[in-house]
Amino acid sequence: MGAALRSWLFTTDHKRVGILYLIGSLAAFAIAGIMAMLMRIELTAIGPDLTDNPQQYNVWLYFHGAAMILGFQIPALTGFLANYCVPLMIGARDVAFPRLNALSVWLFWAGILLALATFVIPDPPDVMWTGYPPYATRTWGNTAFYSFTVLLLGFSSILGGVNFLTTVFYMRAPGMGWNKLNIFVWSIVVAFIIQLIFVPVLGTAVTMLLFDKYLGTTFFDPANGGDVLIYQNLFWFYSHPAVYVILLPFLGITYEIVATFARNRVFNYKMVVYGGFGGVLLLAGEVWVHHLYTAGLPDWLRVGQMVTTLLISVPVGLLMIGLVGTLYRGSIEYRTPMLYALGVIFFFLIGGLTGIPNAIASLDLHLQDTYFIPGHFHYVMAVAGTFAIFGAVYYLFPKMTGRMYHESTGKLGFWLTFIGMNLVFMPMMMAGIEGMPRRYYDYAQFPQVEGLQQLMTFGAFVILAGSLVTLWNWVQGALRGAPAPANPWGSRSLEWTAAPSPPPPGNFPQPPRLGPEWSPYAYGERA
Amino acid sequence: MHESLRRLAPVLLLPAPAAALAGGEGIPDPAAGWDRLWDEMLVDITLIGVVFAAVTAWFMWRFRRRHPDEEGCPPRLGTGAAVGWAVVPAFVFMADDFFLAAKGWELWQQYRTVPEGALEVRLDSAMWSWTYTYPNGAVTVNELRVPAGRPVLLRMTSRDVVHSHFIPDFRVKEDSMPGRITYLWFYPKRPGEHVVACAEYCGLLHSRMAGKVIVMEPEAFAAWYRAAGRRADAAARDEGEV
Repeated sequence: MGAALRSWLFTTDHKRVGILYLIGSLAAFAIAGIMAMLMRIELTAIGPDLTDNPQQYNVWLYFHGAAMILGFQIPALTGFLANYCVPLMIGARDVAFPRLNALSVWLFWAGILLALATFVIPDPPDVMWTGYPPYATRTWGNTAFYSFTVLLLGFSSILGGVNFLTTVFYMRAPGMGWNKLNIFVWSIVVAFIIQLIFVPVLGTAVTMLLFDKYLGTTFFDPANGGDVLIYQNLFWFYSHPAVYVILLPFLGITYEIVATFARNRVFNYKMVVYGGFGGVLLLAGEVWVHHLYTAGLPDWLRVGQMVTTLLISVPVGLLMIGLVGTLYRGSIEYRTPMLYALGVIFFFLIGGLTGIPNAIASLDLHLQDTYFIPGHFHYVMAVAGTFAIFGAVYYLFPKMTGRMYHESTGKLGFWLTFIGMNLVFMPMMMAGIEGMPRRYYDYAQFPQVEGLQQLMTFGAFVILAGSLVTLWNWVQGALRGAPAPANPWGSRSLEWTAAPSPPPPGNFPQPPRLGPEWSPYAYGERA
Repeated sequence: MHESLRRLAPVLLLPAPAAALAGGEGIPDPAAGWDRLWDEMLVDITLIGVVFAAVTAWFMWRFRRRHPDEEGCPPRLGTGAAVGWAVVPAFVFMADDFFLAAKGWELWQQYRTVPEGALEVRLDSAMWSWTYTYPNGAVTVNELRVPAGRPVLLRMTSRDVVHSHFIPDFRVKEDSMPGRITYLWFYPKRPGEHVVACAEYCGLLHSRMAGKVIVMEPEAFAAWYRAAGRRADAAARDEGEV
């Protein structure tokens, strides 16, 4: 037992590192999800329901946001999925720096443990995941736990970035040109380029916050020559690109699932990679001001970034065309992973389109910081991303465990979460149009949204039921599922065709040999 | 900026902008403009969404797998088709983007251009209340009394953390923060009461940082204003004697 545990904790095998990331990020998802349930119950009726202490609510909300983004989505996509898939997809035996990889996952776990300290320290952080000063430097809450959690996870990301870029650049199987990479591998390359450029900016911002609060500097204190807006600019200069660090990998894995279950070539591959991913990379750093439309910045800056923000619809539209185009003349089989992938398309479509009013600075003057914003970003990023991650776990389940999950239980879990998500986030946007501001413990001034709030709380319980069904299905499948063949889906990608399920250390019994016609999407060649 | 936009208008198919949006006495009402642009926006995004969803649903039905061994037979795109499938949609999206950006900019100009003769009130926000100071020295807390039919300008700053003065009925908010002065204006036309809420997280009582805009008949407002001004003068004198 001790030896088995040690073999996992001190592993340098990319697949085990990936699974360690998965376990940690699902734990963060579960706890942050419980926080969401507590908040939903609290908001069911006007007045105190679960606690009469707004501070308690603020801590739940802080943890929900910070843990879902920094502890669940980014690590699940760029930790778990990148680790598990990238070396297998490019035909490499492991990542370029396996021990650096182990350090990344340790730092991630340290970050998760530090975040969990929120529940045991006397004055937990209550600064929301954005940590704006001067509130963050004045509060009695322990902002240091926020800063150090961000720094640990950020450092972990930078190490991952160095590792994966090196891996993809130098360790592709012979014959695998850049235009034959899996779309997911491309998405990870672009996501890590974004991380390497922008994470240091976030690190700077939260470190300055730490200095202001504990060491007496005055970077953000106007009474002593500082400026409160510097932080907001630095924070969003990272945190908007961070949205793409989540978006690109979740669309990337959705492409893999759609191509596999439609048994079809990715539609217009070069448009997807260079137009879609490339366009997002180009625009990622020029749109952060749309988070600050009401922050009193100069008008030219707000109007200018309204235009760049709207232009994001070009690469994102191309990515959607590629995804739906991959269905065209395919042969679509509706297994559980495919349902989740189609769910991603649905949520991302609604989320993307409801982003357009937010992008328009003048419409945002009403919508900013209302329920419309969390409604929108849950659709576009939180829910779409989570569906991609859940779909990916189902997709890789036979490869990771060597066993099959239960198909109809998987579909039941999908439909419950799918319906529940719409019951929560559609009413949330409607309440936002009514003017209901976000981050409210109570809403006595907005009695007209009480019915919507109750619908949302009901929807949250449906999501909970769906998540429990899904979790139960995974545990059952891993322990008792029927043995899985090496390639249950009939995919053409290397992780399915060249490696057994689960792959041994070193991945491939024989080094993969790629013919000139090889492609991860070489479907329909026999016809 | 305004002029160049108007020159561009025919190119961008903008239906007669400034004059159409103007309210009574030539003063535009941004809140009404917001509602109009919102409706147009809803039509725009609903149309795109329905078309996209319909195509997807059709593919999902038409190309479902019929035999277990079936594979897709994707079209081979030539260079021209591949480039076309990138460039044509890109220009379609860009056209919609610039169209919406122009409309958004037009409305933005209204929101940020304060009409002449506005009643200027100073706002100091603090955890967790709004303090309004009028030109004659009158001070109110959490109650902004204004006359109907006259635009109101708030010049805002904060005594502690970042807050955001949000009046949902007038479709406007702007942050207030220490060390900077920001502004917003709105156009109350009819007597009535409107909720004021804080829209930037500011701690314990963020959700209770509520106020009211009370729009009064101009005569009633004038009477209240004179009385409140006299009370402020008296208070200032009392302070002077101490």
